[in-house]
Amino acid sequence: MWLKFEQRAEPSKVISYLSPLLAVGLMFLSGMILFLILGKSPVEGFKVFFLYPLKDSYGVAELFLKATPLMLCAVGLSVGFKANVWNIGAEGQLLIGALVGGGLALHFDGSNSLFLLPSMILAGALGGMIWAAIPAYLRTRFNANEILTSLMLVYIAELVVSWLVHGPWKDPDGFNFPQTKLLSAQATLPILLAGTRVNTALVIALGALVAGWIFMNKSFMGYQMKVAGQAEQAGRYAGFSAKRSVWIGMLAGGAMAGVAGIAEVAGPIGQITEHISPGYGFAAMIVAFVGRLSPIGIFFSSLLMALLYMGGEQAQQYLALPSSISKVFQGMLLFFLLGSDVFINFRPRLVRRRK
Amino acid sequence: MNHRQFALATLGVSALLASTILMGAEPVKIAFVYVSPVGDAGWTFQHDQGRKQMEADMKGAVTTKFIENVPEGADAERIIRQLAQDGNRIIFTTSFGYMNQTAKVAVAFPNATFFHATGYKTGANLGIYNARFYEGRYLNGVIAGKMTKTNLAGYVAAFPIPEVMQGINAFTRGMRSVNPKAEVRVIWVNSWFDPGKEREAAMTLISQGADMITHHTDSTAVVQAAEEKHKEKGTWSFSYHSDMTKYGPTSQLSGTTHIWGDFYTKIVKEVLDKKWTGTNLWGGLKDGMIKLAPMNPAVPADVKSYVQKLQADAATGKFHPFAGPVVDQEGKERVPKGKNMTDAEMGAMNYYVKGVASTLPKS
Repeated sequence: MWLKFEQRAEPSKVISYLSPLLAVGLMFLSGMILFLILGKSPVEGFKVFFLYPLKDSYGVAELFLKATPLMLCAVGLSVGFKANVWNIGAEGQLLIGALVGGGLALHFDGSNSLFLLPSMILAGALGGMIWAAIPAYLRTRFNANEILTSLMLVYIAELVVSWLVHGPWKDPDGFNFPQTKLLSAQATLPILLAGTRVNTALVIALGALVAGWIFMNKSFMGYQMKVAGQAEQAGRYAGFSAKRSVWIGMLAGGAMAGVAGIAEVAGPIGQITEHISPGYGFAAMIVAFVGRLSPIGIFFSSLLMALLYMGGEQAQQYLALPSSISKVFQGMLLFFLLGSDVFINFRPRLVRRRK
Repeated sequence: MNHRQFALATLGVSALLASTILMGAEPVKIAFVYVSPVGDAGWTFQHDQGRKQMEADMKGAVTTKFIENVPEGADAERIIRQLAQDGNRIIFTTSFGYMNQTAKVAVAFPNATFFHATGYKTGANLGIYNARFYEGRYLNGVIAGKMTKTNLAGYVAAFPIPEVMQGINAFTRGMRSVNPKAEVRVIWVNSWFDPGKEREAAMTLISQGADMITHHTDSTAVVQAAEEKHKEKGTWSFSYHSDMTKYGPTSQLSGTTHIWGDFYTKIVKEVLDKKWTGTNLWGGLKDGMIKLAPMNPAVPADVKSYVQKLQADAATGKFHPFAGPVVDQEGKERVPKGKNMTDAEMGAMNYYVKGVASTLPKS
C-alpha cells in the first residue's frame, strides 16, 4: 500500500479550520512525549506547562498582558499576509513605535494633559507606519523584495534604540545605565484590574481585532486585498491596484506593531530600554498563521502563544527544564501547522502498489 | 492509593517530619534569576557557581532554584513575583535590567529579601551588590605590559557603560604602568553575547598587531581566537568573568574572574539569622569577590611576584588602580596627584584614559 497525495479540486474549508486544531493537538502530544524523554511525568508536565500559569487571577491577567502585543502585531500583519505582502519586520516597527510614542512622553514629561496618552498611542502607530513605509516604498518603486528589506530594518531599529538609550535619551540620573527616565503616571496606561498589570492596551487590541474583521470582511478594500492575495491576475484584471495592496498591507502591520511597542513602554515596562520586546514581532507571524489570518483565530492563537511563553517559565521553576522548552513548543506548533496545511489542498489516499 | 503509593507517601511524610525535627525547620527556599542560560563560562555561569557553593555551604538549611534566560523587559516582573509568591524567602536577580522589576516586587513582598546585582535602587528588603572588576583588570594589564612584544593590546567590549569603561581604563593604566609605550585598541560589538562578532573583532585586533587581547563580553570566542592565532602571531589572552583555560590552554595568560559564592553564603546567613540590615556592597579583591585566573607558566617569575605583591596591596587598600594623576585621552587631568578616584567618579566614568588608541563612539 502507498500513501498518495491527490490534489483536491478545491481547497478544503473544513480542513483549513481543522488544521490549527490538529497542529495544537500534535504539539500537545509531542510535548508529552518530550516530557517523557526528559524523564518527567507527561501529566505533571502538561499540568505545569499549561495549567499552572493560570492558577490564579494574577496569572490569567498576565496571560492577557502577554497576549496583547502579539494580538496587535498579528492582526496588523494578517492584513498584509492576506494580500501576499510579506512584512517580516514587525519587530522593528514595534521598536520605532515605542521610540516615537515614548519620545513624545519624555518630551512632554510632567504634562497633565488628557491628550497625552492618546497622542502617545497615535505617535506609536505613526512611528510603526513610517518604518513600514520604507519597505513599502522600496517594493512599489523599485520592486525590492519586502521580505528582505523589512527584516533588515529590524536590525537598524534595534541599533537606533540602542543608540538613543546609550546616548541622547539616557536618564541623566540613571548612573549612565542604558535606559530613559521612567514615564510619569500620566503617561502610563491605566490598569484594568487592580493588583494585576493588565492595562487598557488590551482594550485597544480587542478593538483592533474588531476593526480588522470589519476591514477584511465588510469593506471593498479588504475584498480587493483578499483577491490580490488569492488570485493576483484576477485582481489585476479587475483593476485592483497591486501597489495599493502593498501600501495598505505594510502600513496596517506597521501601525499595529507600533501601537504594541508604545503599549509595552507605557504599560508594563514604564521606560524605554534595550529590552522592549522579546521578539513579539516575530512570534506574531506564528500567531497570525495559527489564527488563520482571521481576527477571531488570532484572538485565540495569541492567548495560546502567550501561554507557551508562560508555561516555559513554569517548567523551569517546577520541573527544572531549560528555558528553551518554550521555543521548542512554539517551533513544534508552527511545524505541525505547516504540515497539516498540506491537507487543505491535498487529499491523502491509500493506493495499491502496482506490480 | 495502592499499597506501594501508600508506603511511599508514609515514607515521604516521615522523612519530612524527621528532617523538620532535625533541622528545626524546613529548608528555606532561595531563588536566582539569570539573564542568560548558565552555559559553561561567563557572567551567569559564575553566579550559578556561587549559588551551588552557597547551597553546599548551607547544607540542609536552604534549597535553591534558578530561572535562566529571563528577558530584561516586562516578563521579569512576573517571574520575580511568582518566585516570591511561591515562598522563596531570598531572591537574587543577577542582571542590571531587573532593577525596576525587583524594586516593584520587593515592595509587594515585605517578608522576602531581595538582592539585585549591579543596580542602584535599594529598599527596606532590597539590597544591591557588585564587584570591583577593575582591580583585576589593572593586574591583567600589568602582565600584558610586561609581556607584549608589539606594545599593542586589543580589547573587545560590549557597551560603553561605566563598568566596561573602568575595565578598559584600568587595563590600560596597568599596562602602561610597566610599559609606557604600550597602547590599547578597543572594538565595540554592541552586544553582551555574540560569539561571531566577538571573534571577528578579536581577529581584527590581532591583524592590527595586538598580541595581548581581552574582552568584556560573555562568550569564550576571544580567548579561542587568541589560541588559534597563538602559534602564528604569538597572541596571548586574558579571560573575563570565568577562567577560560579550557578554551585557551596555551595562550591564556590570566584573567579576571567573578567569585560570588562567599558573598552569597555570608548574606544568606545574615538574613536567616535575622541580622541583615541592608546591603550596598561594591566588593573587590579585599572581599574575595574577584580573583585572578591562574597565571600561565609562560609568565616570568619576576612578573608573577610583582603582580602578586600588587594584588596584596590592592586588597589592603594600599594601592588603587585609579590613584592620581589620572589623565584622560585629551590630556585633561581627571584626578590630581595624591588622590584616589572616588566611587562616584568611577560610577560616572565615560571617557578613555591616556593610552587608549581608539576614540569613543560619539553619542
